[in-house]
Amino acid sequence: MAKIPQDLRYTKDHEWIRMEDGVGVVGITDYAQHAMGDVVYVEFPEKGRKVRAGEDFAVVESVKGANDVFSPVSGTVLEVNDTLEESPELLNQDAYANWLVRLEVADPGELDSLLDHAAYAALLEELEAENG
Amino acid sequence: MKRTDMYERHVAAGGRMVDYSGWELPVQYDGTGIKTEHLNVREKAGLFDVSHMGEIMVEGPEAEKWLSTLVTNDIFVMRDGQVQYNIMCNESGGVVDDLLVYRYGPAKFLLVVNAANVDKDREWLTKHLPPRGAAIDDISMKTSETALQGPAAEAILAKVADFDPSTLKFFTFTHGANLGGIPAIVSRTGYTGEDGFEIYVPWKRGAELWDLLIEAGRDFGLIPAGLGARDSLRFEAGLPLYGHEFAEDLGPLEAGFGFFVKVDKPGGFIGQPALKRQKEEGLRRKIVGLRLEDKGVPRSGMDVADPSGNIVGKVTSGGYCPSLDANMALCLVGTPAPEEGDPLSVIVRDKPKKGVVVKRPFYARKRGNR
Repeated sequence: MAKIPQDLRYTKDHEWIRMEDGVGVVGITDYAQHAMGDVVYVEFPEKGRKVRAGEDFAVVESVKGANDVFSPVSGTVLEVNDTLEESPELLNQDAYANWLVRLEVADPGELDSLLDHAAYAALLEELEAENG
Repeated sequence: MKRTDMYERHVAAGGRMVDYSGWELPVQYDGTGIKTEHLNVREKAGLFDVSHMGEIMVEGPEAEKWLSTLVTNDIFVMRDGQVQYNIMCNESGGVVDDLLVYRYGPAKFLLVVNAANVDKDREWLTKHLPPRGAAIDDISMKTSETALQGPAAEAILAKVADFDPSTLKFFTFTHGANLGGIPAIVSRTGYTGEDGFEIYVPWKRGAELWDLLIEAGRDFGLIPAGLGARDSLRFEAGLPLYGHEFAEDLGPLEAGFGFFVKVDKPGGFIGQPALKRQKEEGLRRKIVGLRLEDKGVPRSGMDVADPSGNIVGKVTSGGYCPSLDANMALCLVGTPAPEEGDPLSVIVRDKPKKGVVVKRPFYARKRGNR
């Protein structure tokens, strides 16, 4: 069963976001890393890039294939997680401890439209049911 | 979707089932994953369900002579009990399929073909059958195939076989073998670049054989391995995959498998004039190996560019190679092709990523006495 921390917000595309001192910290969920399998490379956006909510702004490459990562909210890329450049496999070990990007969030109100942990858990249950 | 006899075993073992050429097969198993399965095959052993592969029997007094006209390699040099890698070409020198040919005798052969091509192959063979003297029988749905691959494969097989697997040489087979009561054809062949065996049993005994081998392999570190590892292993070992390195419009010389093409073979074969011409006039395209130096993962279909940024070809297969810990690609490029050590880039999402041309295959095991 995939881990779903209570204090995060989620997207239907399996990203998470957490606000930390006014900055949005973004990553992929445990379900996502599990579905992708062994992660071998993360392609990050450039610092300073402006992204819209739902825009693909990073790519997580697993042995199986490339997976787009979509920004949960609009904002500007402040920082990317360099640790994953050297050790992308950390994403498979803990997808919540290993964030991808820190964002200056343009409109914190956008967070309200994201899924809370209960809604995300319900989504995963649906997916499980579909896939048997 | 079609299921193999081992389907329940895969689900029970946490197999992540996907559609592969109409077959429901595990791409990987939860708890291991492609990388672990891949490395385990290189270091110990892995068990693959490859029952989706097609098997076609060819029999009749004209079998040998006729078969020779359909494949690129010289089957007249085969001895009984030998297996030979072969390519079946169309008239323009493209590839209908690549296959293994098992020789029982001059009047009996077994062809093992790709799952995606079984119907096409059967039609192709039927279309070219002689009026008499040779007949084919598609036994794909009567035959379960299991691949036991890795350095521990011989020791594992020895525990269940009624013969000594160490006597079976590379690219030979034995039929009428008995594995724990199951009648089997066993060949020392594989698609991983490691030592190993491919085992054919009656369809309904597939799961029984699976259980038998998993149990026998327990002390040797044998684990089930999925299609993901099968692909990464074959790619790393330089083995071609139909639809990638071979296609109806991409021939064996261009793909770099001229060793298996005997253009001067007596009696000729379909595609021979076209391939001979290619050889004499020089190839217009060829596949080269590439190691990416920049970070990124090349994938099949991506453009390949020279250092000035001109598009010179496409990636046929690409990806991360677990045993090399490197991102590699096979690139189909126009000639004159870049040589070993030359720079060559792959365009990954609009950005050129630098790489260097390297020797194929990317990985070769240290061979023992076979």
